[in-house]
Amino acid sequence: MLDAGRTQETLLEVNNIEVIYNHVILVLKGVSLSVPKGGITALLGGNGAGKTTTLKAISNLLHSERGEVTKGSINYRGERVQDLDPAALVKKGVIQVMEGRHCFEHLTVEENLLTGAYTRNSAAETAQDLEMVYNYFPRLKERRRSQAGYTSGGEQQMVAIGRALMSRPECILLDEPSMGLAPQLVEQIFSIVKSLNEEQGYTFLLAEQNTNVALRFAHYGYILESGRVVMDGPAAELRENPDVKEFYLGMSDEGRKSFRDVRSYRRRKRWLS
Amino acid sequence: MPEQLVFAMEVFLNGLMAGVLYALVALGFVLIYKASGIFNFAQGVMALFAAMTLVGIQNGQVPFSHLINAMFGAHVTHFGWNIPSVVSLLLTVGVMILLAWCIQRFVFRHLVGQEPIILFMATIGLAYFLEGFADLMWGSEIKTLDFCLAGSACLPQGINVAIDEATYNLFGYGFFIDNLDITATVVAILLVIALVAFSQYTKHGRAMRAVADDHQAALSVGISLNFIWVLVWSVAGFVALVAGIMWGAKSGVQFSLSLIALKALPVLMLGGFTSIPGAIVGGLIIGVGEKLFEFWVGPLVGGATENWFAYVLALVFLVFRPQGLFGEKIIERV
Repeated sequence: MLDAGRTQETLLEVNNIEVIYNHVILVLKGVSLSVPKGGITALLGGNGAGKTTTLKAISNLLHSERGEVTKGSINYRGERVQDLDPAALVKKGVIQVMEGRHCFEHLTVEENLLTGAYTRNSAAETAQDLEMVYNYFPRLKERRRSQAGYTSGGEQQMVAIGRALMSRPECILLDEPSMGLAPQLVEQIFSIVKSLNEEQGYTFLLAEQNTNVALRFAHYGYILESGRVVMDGPAAELRENPDVKEFYLGMSDEGRKSFRDVRSYRRRKRWLS
Repeated sequence: MPEQLVFAMEVFLNGLMAGVLYALVALGFVLIYKASGIFNFAQGVMALFAAMTLVGIQNGQVPFSHLINAMFGAHVTHFGWNIPSVVSLLLTVGVMILLAWCIQRFVFRHLVGQEPIILFMATIGLAYFLEGFADLMWGSEIKTLDFCLAGSACLPQGINVAIDEATYNLFGYGFFIDNLDITATVVAILLVIALVAFSQYTKHGRAMRAVADDHQAALSVGISLNFIWVLVWSVAGFVALVAGIMWGAKSGVQFSLSLIALKALPVLMLGGFTSIPGAIVGGLIIGVGEKLFEFWVGPLVGGATENWFAYVLALVFLVFRPQGLFGEKIIERV
């Protein structure tokens, strides 16, 4: 199942995009990636590598932060989508779960989930989806009446993912689901993501700093560094790659290594300009 | 029962009624502040504009007649028909929705993501523009609002007489309560019920509260901020219309109406800027407080305490409970 993504059709394609904030700050310097239907694709890299910006460029939340895609193209099912507003994209089936959860604090857990169904019109389908979300996140059902602001970090992450599911998406952009959560919870969230992917067929593109966990659950991975893709491959291969091991997983063949000896490593040139 | 106490009770009731009118104005502020973080200085002027539009349409006045006459040397003032109250009410609601759309399209859409103080300044500009615009559109003379639903004329006459008699039998002293005040109270209660039902149980109401909590997240689940803001301004426009009708019926439709917005400030400080029940309770406290204070303390200090009592009370609240009685507690996770 690990490289299932390779063989199937491409759902989302990002071609060499460049993103500039505030007209001057160049953040993405040519990022290309493709997300196969029904796969979990991981976008890895450290702080400021451009993971969140890539996701926001796709979901078009960049505009409200004065960011702009200045070059390249983003295609969803072969259709150019970068000029659509976020609402139109949600209707097409692409939804982003933002970093840091972003629950509606003063709404109850259930109301939070229901806002996810804003773009949908059928009450029956919404009720069905709500049941489905409660199935995957039984904890949310227990807490449905409490204000989201008073729930724990793990619960809020569940609310955020559940809220996205309520829009009946096809492709979910998951931004840093592990942020600020205990390792056990991270494990739990990821395995739910995995079963959502396998049982319900949702496609995931997830940005993650926790390379270890992400590569265990994803099918394919891209590694970003200062706005460029420096490496990509099936997750199993990336896990075995000595550079990834050394820089992202903190392991190396020769045991521990001083960072003074580390300068740079072989990069495959991926950008075109 | 001692005469003095009964009299105080009458004052108390009258204070409640006056408080309802303050609460009506404060409601409009709360709605916009909650959903967009904008403190709308123009709320009072919107009430004035709504009331003038209603009267103008009702009387079949030609909009911009002064301007048309000056430019073309014509002498049009009225179309020569009267429009039934209900129809003119609906038309006015339409105008307020159009106004909401214009405000969003031409002012606030360009200011997304700006500092609150800049948005506040924009509403001050909006207030002055709207005042001038209302003047240009409908003329500056004082108009009487004779609205069927609002004026005592169309009410079942004698509610106040009935109260008068009932209380006379009970206490040996008849209470006097204005018919208009009773209407205002009933209307305000209905309005609040409708608003709460809308924001709690409908999809768009929920989206409105979601936007108030987190713009970005609302955007990410596919809520259109522009649409929600037009909706919020429309609802605030409607509340302004109701407030305009009530105040207009009480004291005539004139430009001083826009100053009632100032009275809403202490109400908001008391009740909290983000709470609908807060606006109501705040309004009632201010209304009752200033009437009772005038009744008991007024004579000792030579009267006219109603002008400053509300502000002093608000000041005290600012010191001890800055978020107001019902203001949203700031949820902060550590």
